[in-house]
Amino acid sequence: MDNIQSIVAKLHPLERQVLPVLQQHLELSSVATHAKLSEVEVMRALQWLENKEIIKIQSEKRKVVHLEKNGQVYKKDGLPEKRFLKALDESFKGLNVITKKAKLSREEANACVGLLKKKNAVEISQQEGLSVKITEEGKKIQNTQWPEEYFLLHAFPKEYEESKDRTIVDELKRRKDIISVHEEKKVTIILNPLGHELLKEDLSAEVVNRLTPAMLKTGSWKEKTFRAYDVEINVPKIHPGKKHFDNEALEYIKQIWLDLGFKEMTGNYVQSAFWDLDALFVPQDHPAREMQDTFYVEGKAKLPPLWKKVKEVHENGSDTGSTGWRYPFSEEETKQLLLRTHTTVLSAQTLSKLKKEDLPAKFFAVGRVFRNEALDWKHLFEFYQIDGIVVDPNANLKHLKGYLTQFYKKMGYTAVRMRPAHFPYTEPSLEVDVFHPIKKQWIELGGAGIFRPEVVKPLLGFECPVLAWGQGMGRIIGEYWKITDIRDLYKNDVKQLREMKLWLK
Amino acid sequence: MPTITVNQKVFEQLVGKILPMEQLKDRISMLGTDLESIENGEINVEIFPNRPDMLSEQGFARAFSSFIGVKTGLKQYSVKESGCKVIVDPSVTMRPYTACAIVKNLTFDDERIRQIMQIQEKLATTHGRNRKKSAYGIYPLRHITFPISYIAKDPKTIKFRPLGFEAEISAADVPELHPKGKAYQHLTKEWKKFPFLIDAKNNIMCMLPFTNSNDTGKVDIATTEVFVECTGTDLHNVEVALNIITTALADMGGEVYNVEIVYPDKIMITPNLLPKKMKVDSTFINKLLGLSLKEKEMTLLLERMGYGYDNGNVLIPAYRADILHQVDLAEDVAIAYGYENFKETIPNVATIGEEDPLEVFNKKIRGVLIGLQMLEVKNYHLSTKEELLDKMNLKNLKEHTAIPLKNALGEHNHLRQWVIPCLLRVLADNQHHEYPQNLFEIGRVFSPNKKTETGIEENEHLAVALCHEKVDFTEIRQILDTIFSSLALEYTVKETEQNCSCCSCYVGIIDACCCNRIRS
Repeated sequence: MDNIQSIVAKLHPLERQVLPVLQQHLELSSVATHAKLSEVEVMRALQWLENKEIIKIQSEKRKVVHLEKNGQVYKKDGLPEKRFLKALDESFKGLNVITKKAKLSREEANACVGLLKKKNAVEISQQEGLSVKITEEGKKIQNTQWPEEYFLLHAFPKEYEESKDRTIVDELKRRKDIISVHEEKKVTIILNPLGHELLKEDLSAEVVNRLTPAMLKTGSWKEKTFRAYDVEINVPKIHPGKKHFDNEALEYIKQIWLDLGFKEMTGNYVQSAFWDLDALFVPQDHPAREMQDTFYVEGKAKLPPLWKKVKEVHENGSDTGSTGWRYPFSEEETKQLLLRTHTTVLSAQTLSKLKKEDLPAKFFAVGRVFRNEALDWKHLFEFYQIDGIVVDPNANLKHLKGYLTQFYKKMGYTAVRMRPAHFPYTEPSLEVDVFHPIKKQWIELGGAGIFRPEVVKPLLGFECPVLAWGQGMGRIIGEYWKITDIRDLYKNDVKQLREMKLWLK
Repeated sequence: MPTITVNQKVFEQLVGKILPMEQLKDRISMLGTDLESIENGEINVEIFPNRPDMLSEQGFARAFSSFIGVKTGLKQYSVKESGCKVIVDPSVTMRPYTACAIVKNLTFDDERIRQIMQIQEKLATTHGRNRKKSAYGIYPLRHITFPISYIAKDPKTIKFRPLGFEAEISAADVPELHPKGKAYQHLTKEWKKFPFLIDAKNNIMCMLPFTNSNDTGKVDIATTEVFVECTGTDLHNVEVALNIITTALADMGGEVYNVEIVYPDKIMITPNLLPKKMKVDSTFINKLLGLSLKEKEMTLLLERMGYGYDNGNVLIPAYRADILHQVDLAEDVAIAYGYENFKETIPNVATIGEEDPLEVFNKKIRGVLIGLQMLEVKNYHLSTKEELLDKMNLKNLKEHTAIPLKNALGEHNHLRQWVIPCLLRVLADNQHHEYPQNLFEIGRVFSPNKKTETGIEENEHLAVALCHEKVDFTEIRQILDTIFSSLALEYTVKETEQNCSCCSCYVGIIDACCCNRIRS
């Protein structure tokens, strides 16, 4: 097949319909009319043709004057002021009489008086109501053709020729519903040499775009000419169903912990201060508790029986071998409701349900936590945290580093560093940094440690090392998608959700 | 958490060694203090709340010097007799405790004065819980005549010149007029009388918890001897604060003298700078840290953290407030050993991973909806009353109570009781994007329920919104059908009374199914 034949074979039915029309018509709207297609369809065909260098599309913007409702009437019946003028004579006449004679509405008549006064065509008297008579000037123009009238004689829509039409268009535009001016795109087509060649071909042959069950059944496909596919063609976009990209990342994170043999912990978002803080041995007057970053909810929580044990540990250490924080523990304070400030609350609740025979046991949580902050590019009032605990009589600090190193390796970070830190519920406490392989620097991701006996013993009922960590995930997740404004994680922009690349880890 | 500013020259002198910059930075981080910056000869470092003893440059340098191995081991502080007394009157019920000391042989310059002001201020913020638990004052000894009384009085009967003021004012006006009065008057709301320290010549030394007197309580460069007082609601807290301040003053070269505190029912001598003993189980510490340190090695590590060791007992310096349990000693052993020296290990322990069943179920439902070409969105659980109720025409329906938050800073101050309004907002925000926009969200909703522990019931809901020109009830029913037949469940649909003005014919909605309930 030579070149032209190959092009013809690949033509889409729309192109086949449009091409012959281009013989006579080279303007979009008339092509559409003569091809009996919508402008959108024609445009699609034209674009394909242009891609194949068969034609060139030129589009220019131009202004067009349209005739509006009143303009159409005036074009037929004449301008109201002209009719008004023709109804006058040299004696003063009342407005009612004139209105009736000229077949105008009262509103139109009023406007006419002003317009004609401007042209010096009438004289007005206020005696015995408003009355009007014609002037010499009026008589002169009574039977001539005015520029407005001349303008209305054109065929509309009319191209706006600024130098010629400006004065008259400005004037008519000021009046109600006579004309309007719009900017329109004019699309014209230029046939390339290849286009001229193609027009010599017979495009009328019936080509088949798709195979139908009927063709197969009757065997008619044997006689058909099939359209050859153009594999390089651009196709219209479709929108897939899709998981939220944040959930993709979170599922991956969950899978890592599952693979490492951890059980998932879930629980309520509304918690008592007891579970969120007191059970974790955070003293009730700890500076962090006074900070305004906790959301409180109206109401009081019911406390589990073990609250008394926790109270005792705060006050004097009870049987944990600790001195406790040495202050009077408040029952009111511990009953307060709040939105959980960390998923470590789930670790505390899990410990309280564990039995000795369940050990060793490992748990993780991936969940939302809340901070009372105004929304900005760096802060969200809801975000994700991961938490983990390893309850194992033989667990030690080296294992803690081991688990975290494994996790972050799977997240793409080559090394984990521990630095001393302080949390009221862990001892030793440590800050976890990971080494960023691209930025070549350590980044801080959150806390970890071994739960204090003051936390473990009241909840679990016996002493046991519990490795624990709680880390924010927003930073890592945001970075993967190059999100710099953290709000973009949950902005729910449909386009963003449709086009976001997958979590390819 | 508090940040202190330390003069690098003073610091290096106190430490007794100059480290290269990189090493200095690294060691500060690995001591358990968060380095913020070193610039213009000043070190800015964040001190964690468990180590108030490091809030002074003396305390910080003491810990650092020991940590890098220059001056290790327990630092002994001797206390001499002064014979001076402070009489505690039974009237000070609102702040019943005080601990005092005298320190002599000091020299002050502007830098030193800045240092002692910093100790008092940072200590009062953290250890003193913004003066609620304790507050501190330092006075030139030359202005004071013993014995001092610690007594509560009606402020209207007292006139004195508060710190920074030109003239005397009535003590009753201090809460309103003095900057510290304004800052701390919330602590004294219930008080009719206020505690004062008044010396034997009836000079007012201070009004608690606000301010010293400008006449007796202002340290200047002529000062060589000072009286230090700590007052508060908790004896242990007050004593530790005094120990922290006096050891810092001692590290400036001062000699510490005790003061007799005469309570109505007992006499106490403060400060007590003798170390406390704690029995330590080295097997426990080794096991927790995964180490196998011999007694000698552990002793050396403890000494690096400023402790002494004596035959199974650790001697804890009097300025340490944070040693509640031997795990606190274990942490210090770990810090001295170096967190960077712990080798990561994955223990050979078999446990079986398990995903939460509801999460698994949610995933399945999500799969079905994505198969139906729906786009998942994720909204916040906090929203506005306007969005959750008003816009949904639910203003007057009692059963649709969105739970309010007590103290939200932003406009999102209600917990959502359903997901649909959030989906509608997403549709409203996306009008400029291509249709169809068929969305779903699986998320938590909140409703009051007295039977639960918190009085609030939390459920996972699925909400679906279809939005395009040709949407109709058939389409939304088809989605319901698909979900239920995927679950092999029979279901029926009944009309409800609910009248949502926003459900125009272009938006199909499901918020009927609560995943928890379907599952069970």
